[in-house]
Amino acid sequence: MTPALFAALIAARAAKQPVVLATRLPTGAQLLLPDPAAPADLAEAACDALRDDRSGTVTLAGGDWFLRAYNPPLRLVVVGAVHIAQALVPMAAQLGLAVVVVDPRRAFASAERFPNVTISTDWPDEAIDALAPDARTAVVTLTHDPKLDDPALDRALRSAAFYIGALGSRRSHAARLGRLRALGHDETALARIRGPVGLDIAAVTAPEIALAVLAEFVAVRRGARLGVRAG
Amino acid sequence: MSLGNTEDVFAIAASWLAAGEQVALATVTETWGSSPRPAGSHMAVTASGRMAGSVSGGCIEAAVAQAALRSIADGNPQLLEFGVTHERAWEVGLACGGRVKVFVEKLA
Repeated sequence: MTPALFAALIAARAAKQPVVLATRLPTGAQLLLPDPAAPADLAEAACDALRDDRSGTVTLAGGDWFLRAYNPPLRLVVVGAVHIAQALVPMAAQLGLAVVVVDPRRAFASAERFPNVTISTDWPDEAIDALAPDARTAVVTLTHDPKLDDPALDRALRSAAFYIGALGSRRSHAARLGRLRALGHDETALARIRGPVGLDIAAVTAPEIALAVLAEFVAVRRGARLGVRAG
Repeated sequence: MSLGNTEDVFAIAASWLAAGEQVALATVTETWGSSPRPAGSHMAVTASGRMAGSVSGGCIEAAVAQAALRSIADGNPQLLEFGVTHERAWEVGLACGGRVKVFVEKLA
């Protein structure tokens, strides 16, 4: 790989731009896509690789290409700078996720409690709107406080977020669903919310709950059976 | 990348280059069977013997590093294949029974 190409690849990743490095096999000729000069079939294959987040070798008219898809990291928006968030955030960082913590209560959302993490102290509905969750974003609410969790969930349900979870008991989740129904969300929309959030591993401590949440996140992301909830 | 490497192989490789090291990059291009690391996994290797990242569960890293030294020396990329049935000296087997192809290139 030439120094210029390596630098361009590093710059694209730093700028969180989705790119594909195409390597002609076995010669090693390379191209960074998107590139207007790229052959149409290669450009299309690169788009597919980014959409599916899958790297692999494809055979095109020009021969074999290895397409390495570099998508920006998946995002996790954590609403509630609470104790469980303090366990969840570093574990999520270990998984390579880009984490944002949302909590308008500055005593909770302090840099001291959450070092090296992006923090938003906007009200959750405004924060979620500003973050514009896409199909590579997860939103998890942890505050236990309807006036913070509800607006976050309301806006998350209006987004393409692939994973939405809400901490709380089954009883408080039923009450929550009632309030969100009153905001106009139908049953299909409400079924997107995982509540109580996380795989049922009988988690008790904050790190155990964080583990349950991230395990479910991975299961959903990877299409594992554990990620599917019955009715 | 999906649920990514915590260790950013590119950042480490760039720091090695900046320090004047000669570096090769190895990338898994295809896998069959129960290979431990998916296509796209990276490992960087220096002429001085430093390694970052991985292309398997540890089964073939030493062999890939050895091949990387050749790419560093002659500048030519290589497409290596590792499986259970190969017998050349650098083609060590994968204990899991999988097969992988690894592309090795000099960063220069």
